[in-house]
Amino acid sequence: MTSPTHAGWQSKLYVPVASSRPDQPADFSKLDIPAAGACARPATDAAAEQTRDLAYGLVRVLDDNGQACGDWNPQLSPDQLRQGLKHMLAVRAYDERMFRMQRQGNLSFYMKCTGEEAVAVAQAMALESGDMLFPSYRQQGLLFVRGRPVLDMMCHCLSNSRDNIKGRQLPIMYSWKEGNFFTISGNLGTQISQSVGWAMASAYKGEDHVSAAWVGDGTMAAADVYHALHFASTYRAPALLNVVNNQWAISTPQSFACTGTTFAARAQGFSMPGIRVDGNDFLAVYAVTQWAAERARQGHGPTLIELYTYRVASHSTSDNPDAYRGKDEAAQWPLGDPLERLKAHLIAIGEWDDAQHAAVEAELKAEMTANWKEAIKYGSLEEGPHWPVSAMFEDVFKEMPGHLRKQRQDLGV
Amino acid sequence: MPAMNMIQALNSAMDVLMERDPAVLVMGEDVGYFGGVFRCTEGLYEKYGAHRALDMPIAEGGIVATAIGMGVNGLRPVVEIQFADYIYPAFDQIVSELARLRHRSGGEYSAPVTIRTPCGGGIRGGQTHSQSPEGVFTHVCGLKTVMPSNPYDAKGLLISAIEDDDPVIFFEPKRIYNGPFDGDHHKAGQPWANYPQGEVPEGYYKVPLGKAAVVRPGSDVTILAYGTMVHVAAAAIETAGIDAELIDLRTLLPLDTETIAESVQKTGRCVVIHEATRTSGFGAELVAEVQESCFWHLKAPIERVTGWDTPYPHAFEWEYFPSQERIIDAIQRTLETD
Repeated sequence: MTSPTHAGWQSKLYVPVASSRPDQPADFSKLDIPAAGACARPATDAAAEQTRDLAYGLVRVLDDNGQACGDWNPQLSPDQLRQGLKHMLAVRAYDERMFRMQRQGNLSFYMKCTGEEAVAVAQAMALESGDMLFPSYRQQGLLFVRGRPVLDMMCHCLSNSRDNIKGRQLPIMYSWKEGNFFTISGNLGTQISQSVGWAMASAYKGEDHVSAAWVGDGTMAAADVYHALHFASTYRAPALLNVVNNQWAISTPQSFACTGTTFAARAQGFSMPGIRVDGNDFLAVYAVTQWAAERARQGHGPTLIELYTYRVASHSTSDNPDAYRGKDEAAQWPLGDPLERLKAHLIAIGEWDDAQHAAVEAELKAEMTANWKEAIKYGSLEEGPHWPVSAMFEDVFKEMPGHLRKQRQDLGV
Repeated sequence: MPAMNMIQALNSAMDVLMERDPAVLVMGEDVGYFGGVFRCTEGLYEKYGAHRALDMPIAEGGIVATAIGMGVNGLRPVVEIQFADYIYPAFDQIVSELARLRHRSGGEYSAPVTIRTPCGGGIRGGQTHSQSPEGVFTHVCGLKTVMPSNPYDAKGLLISAIEDDDPVIFFEPKRIYNGPFDGDHHKAGQPWANYPQGEVPEGYYKVPLGKAAVVRPGSDVTILAYGTMVHVAAAAIETAGIDAELIDLRTLLPLDTETIAESVQKTGRCVVIHEATRTSGFGAELVAEVQESCFWHLKAPIERVTGWDTPYPHAFEWEYFPSQERIIDAIQRTLETD
């Protein structure tokens, strides 16, 4: 491509290009995708420089025939595999239901994680319940694994009288302390450096809990990520720093944040392992997370995990991806669908079949419908009932100071 | 009772609480081994070790973010931002995160972080070592904002701040770390040991947040000030021989509106003083507060004496710094109006 001339200047600036735009076919042919089982699994106490290849490789366990291969195979039981598949199916059923409800005008906003379900589900399953989760807005799968009732999630999204955060945030900005799930911020990246502080406190108290935080590929450009990497490495915080590289930050391709290398490669400069993993491979995601958590618990510090995946749906209900990327791009994504791949594996090992799969899907669909019907009884954003208006003035401080009491009285509530 | 300057008093507050509670730790740039560029954390490293007097990299945004995470995980971090001028890299973490955690999570999460930071001028620090950004923080809902004017208050307020379950931005006017300053830079400074407020108990005590102090009772005009300006105002009142009531706000948010209203309703006149720039400064809030609560008692327009709306100067520090003369002029203007 020749550089444009503008205002008489012949520009020498480089501007990254996208994997596709609406008038172009998607082209992922340049992606170097190693075979399943090709990456070696180092010991959890390996020095960071011994893990260098993993930052440029791609840990994969499931091959195209649904077989689990290589050192990274976490050797999960059929029950665990089925559980993982059911969680991912639940997340997808929930997303489908909520997306439809938004389109029908019942929700102000929604964000799906279609195509990325393995990330949150496998990672949450590989962690302990006492480990603290600092999610971004596309890890709803964490809540499913940790057992948050769907009804409560829906009531939050509706900002109704049963919303545990009292109608204070956009839908999907969940908070669930009981499940060690941190309150989601709309400001990108802020939680990743906070998670390092949480992990530092865990170490300070002599505990074995680790933290796990998630940011997207676009947020890897944010200063908070640099702080997180730096502080985590400096103090050897027991922290898992996860970057979900789903290729797109709304309309901006990952190339604007990635600077021509891998995100995992960032870790090498901080002498911490950076591992790139096939984010659509449930077993690989589980194994890498388990490795990093074990390493952190052993006192060897943080790991940066790049989960290589693809954002199949829009960024949110507020954008149409057809306006900025090729229509067929999701279909061209070479790493497939995480649910289909785990399903194929379970079938290949004789632990699942299509009939069971269809039954679970139907059951989940009915469950989401029933929960929605129940949730809407507690109110909706437009129709109410909500929390009492006076709740707006609460929790600004632990105890309400005089000026807020006065303002509440001025509003007459 | 021992004499302490403000640095020693602040140090003592942290020491007392670190002694009592292992969840309290101090963190920031140069606060550990070196004991802080102003010596506020001196000796804490030797007494409590490198894990509790925690040296940190030069990344204010990272320091505050990790303090938030620690606060969420049961610790009570006391952050030092080396100069208030360097707090801005942490602004998003303070405003969007620290201040709003409790509210946005429906009360599920909060972080009891105290951020100490030296502020103000009069030290030939130029624009990067002299700012008074308190008004930027009082505008943020969910933060408490404090600025003491003497060692006794500094220790008692800092203990209250650290023990408070809400985040507190604790501004320390560095010009008065070692002794009060009346605005006359030609005069030799006196150490805090020569003043009653320099007598500071060694042990635990609190000065409550949200409570102003009437420094000098009077009947003709109310002077509202905080930090270094309390001393400049006191000297101006003495110089001019005016029967003014001087109120040291101590905490800017929550503001002690009762003490202010009671005084202005009595005197009918009010002068607001701060070092910070004028437009949208905390003085504007004070003026609004006074006219809302005292309008029918006012005998004269409320006056403001502040820094000018320019970056803090180096060469023209004493033209910028609110002087006794400017304060006296403002008081005289209010007194001349009937």
